[in-house]
Amino acid sequence: MSFKPILTKNVGISSIRKLDVYRQNGGYNSLDKLFKTPRDKLLQTVKDSGLRGRGGAGFPTGLKWSFLPKDHPGPFYLVVNFDESEPGTFKDRYLCDQDPHQIVEGVIATSYITNCAKAYIFIRGEFPEQAQILQKTVKQAYKANLLGKNILGSGYDLECVVHRSAGAYICGEETGLLEGLEGRRGWPRLKPPYPAVEGAFGKPTVINNIETICCVPHIINNGPAWFASMGTEKSTGPKLFGVSGHVNKPGVYELPLGIPCRKLIEDYAGGVRNGKRCKGAIPGGVSMGVLTEEELDCPLDFEGPPKYGCMGLGTAGVIVMDEDTCMVTALRNIVRFFAHESCGQCTPCREGSAWMLQIINRILAGDAAPKDIDLLVELADAQGMMPGKTICGLADGTAWSVRVFIKKFRNEFEAKVKSKSTVTV
Amino acid sequence: MVWEPKDRLAAAEPTTESALGHKLQNAVTALCKLYPTKQAALLPTLHKVQAELGNLSDQAMIEVAQILEISPAQVLDTAAFYDMYTRQKRGKHIIGVCESLSCELCGGGELLNALKNTLKIEPGQTTPDGKFTLITMQCIGACDFAPAMIIDEKLYKTVTPDQLDKILLEIDK
Repeated sequence: MSFKPILTKNVGISSIRKLDVYRQNGGYNSLDKLFKTPRDKLLQTVKDSGLRGRGGAGFPTGLKWSFLPKDHPGPFYLVVNFDESEPGTFKDRYLCDQDPHQIVEGVIATSYITNCAKAYIFIRGEFPEQAQILQKTVKQAYKANLLGKNILGSGYDLECVVHRSAGAYICGEETGLLEGLEGRRGWPRLKPPYPAVEGAFGKPTVINNIETICCVPHIINNGPAWFASMGTEKSTGPKLFGVSGHVNKPGVYELPLGIPCRKLIEDYAGGVRNGKRCKGAIPGGVSMGVLTEEELDCPLDFEGPPKYGCMGLGTAGVIVMDEDTCMVTALRNIVRFFAHESCGQCTPCREGSAWMLQIINRILAGDAAPKDIDLLVELADAQGMMPGKTICGLADGTAWSVRVFIKKFRNEFEAKVKSKSTVTV
Repeated sequence: MVWEPKDRLAAAEPTTESALGHKLQNAVTALCKLYPTKQAALLPTLHKVQAELGNLSDQAMIEVAQILEISPAQVLDTAAFYDMYTRQKRGKHIIGVCESLSCELCGGGELLNALKNTLKIEPGQTTPDGKFTLITMQCIGACDFAPAMIIDEKLYKTVTPDQLDKILLEIDK
C-alpha cells in the first residue's frame, strides 16, 4: 500500500506560509465541521482514532483531554509544546518551516474540542526564525478572524500567544514548561495535581505536542477509521521520523507508525554514508537507548523499541552511527548533554549525571578502573522517576542511555578501560 | 546564563537614569497584557531587553521587576536559569555552535576547533575587538543540517571549516 503524506502534504508548495495559498490547498476546511459538531462527539472521534501523543510519551490524546474537569468555571488553557530540545529531534521545526498554518488550524481544533479560551504556543529559544514565522502566521489568522472573538461567526472566542523560551531542555517536561510560561525557572512540579486539573496559572490545562495537534484537523476531516487504518493496531496514524547522523540523506520523513528502523534508514534516508556499515542507531532521541545493527528490524511504533531494551519511541528522532563510531565517546556526548540540562532540583539527577560524566571522561582518558563500568550502571540504577528518586523523567533518560549503551557495547567500554588510550574531542 | 559572583563593593550605585527607557518600558507593559499574571511576561521581556541592550544589567533587571511587580531577586532567579540570558557584555555577533550528538558525529568538534583557531578565543569569550562572542549550545534542533551553528538568530547549515572565513566576513560587513 502506498502511503500519501498527510502532515507534510503541503511541503514544497511555494508561499504556503500565506493564508490564501494554505486555504487553496484545503487549509482550514476542518473548521466548518468542527464548529457544527458537539464537543463530546468530537472528543469521541479523537479517542476512536487512537491518536497518541507525539511528544515522546505516547499517551492517548483523547484520554488526556477527558481528564479535564467537567464543572470547572474556567478558563481552560491550551499550551502547545514546541520545546523540542531532545538531540536528534527536528520534526516540529520542519512542520513550522513548511506549513505553519497547519499548526494554527490544529490549535483552533484542539482548543475548541477541549473548550480552551486561550492557547499558548511555547517555542524553544533556539528557534528564533520559527518564532517569527509563527508570530506572523498567528497575526494573519487574527486578521482573517480565524482567531480572536467569535471565530467565523461560530460564537467561539480564542486568543493565541506565541511564548518564546530561552534555552532549557527541561522546559519540554510539561510542568517545567508551565513554570517557564509563568515566568519562573523551569523546575518541574510534583504531580499530582496533574495539569489537566491544575496547570497553567492554576487552571485546567491541556498540553500537547505540535505534531499531535496537527493530526487533529485531519482526523476531523477524514474520520477516525481513516486515521486508525494507518500504522499498527496500538500505534495509529502517520508519524514524522527525523533521521540524522551518518546517513546520506538526513531529514524528516513522514511514514505510518510501525516502519522497521532498517527500512527507514536504507530506503528513505539513503543508507549509511560513505558505504560504511551501521554500528547502531538511536531510535528516538538520545534518552531512549540504542539499537545495535542486528536489532535494526525493530518496528518504530510505541511498542517496538521497548522489546529491544530501549525506553520507547520517544520523539522518533533516529540518529545513525556508522561502524567507526566510538560508542564511549557517543555516550559521553549524551551524558554531557543531560548533565548540562539537569535543572538542579533533585540531587540524584544533578549530582548523578555530573558524576557519570566524570567517570566516562576518566574511561576515555585511560584513567579508569574496571569497576568504574559497574559504578556507572549502579549510578544509573539509582536515579530517575522509575526507582522513585526524582520529580521528573530527565534522569530516567540519562540512566536509560547509560544502561543500554553499556549493556549492548560493554566490550568497547572494557577495551577502553584496558587500553589506557587517550581520546580528546 | 552562567552564574558569576559579583563584587558588591565594586558594583555600580543604582542610578536615577532609566536603563530601559520609555520605548522598552511600554513594550514590557504591552507584553503583560498577553498573560493572566504579570510575572508570566518575564521570559519575553528579558528577550526584548537583551535584544535591545545587549545584556541584562542589574539596573535593567531592577526596572523589569518594578514593572512586573515582582522582586528583583525573582527576575535574577529566572534569568539565571535560562542559558540564553546573559549579564555579561557580549560581542557584536554571537556565534553559537551546536555540540550535541548528531553534530558531533558529523564534525561539530572540528567546526568548533576551527572557530577557536580563527577567532583565537575559547567558548564563552569575546574577541578583543568586541566583534564576536563564541558560545557552545546544546542541540539547536538542526540535526538534519549537522554540523550546524547559529549566528545572531540565523541558522547556518552543514558548515565546513573552510566556509568559515567567508561566513565571518559576510556577517562582519
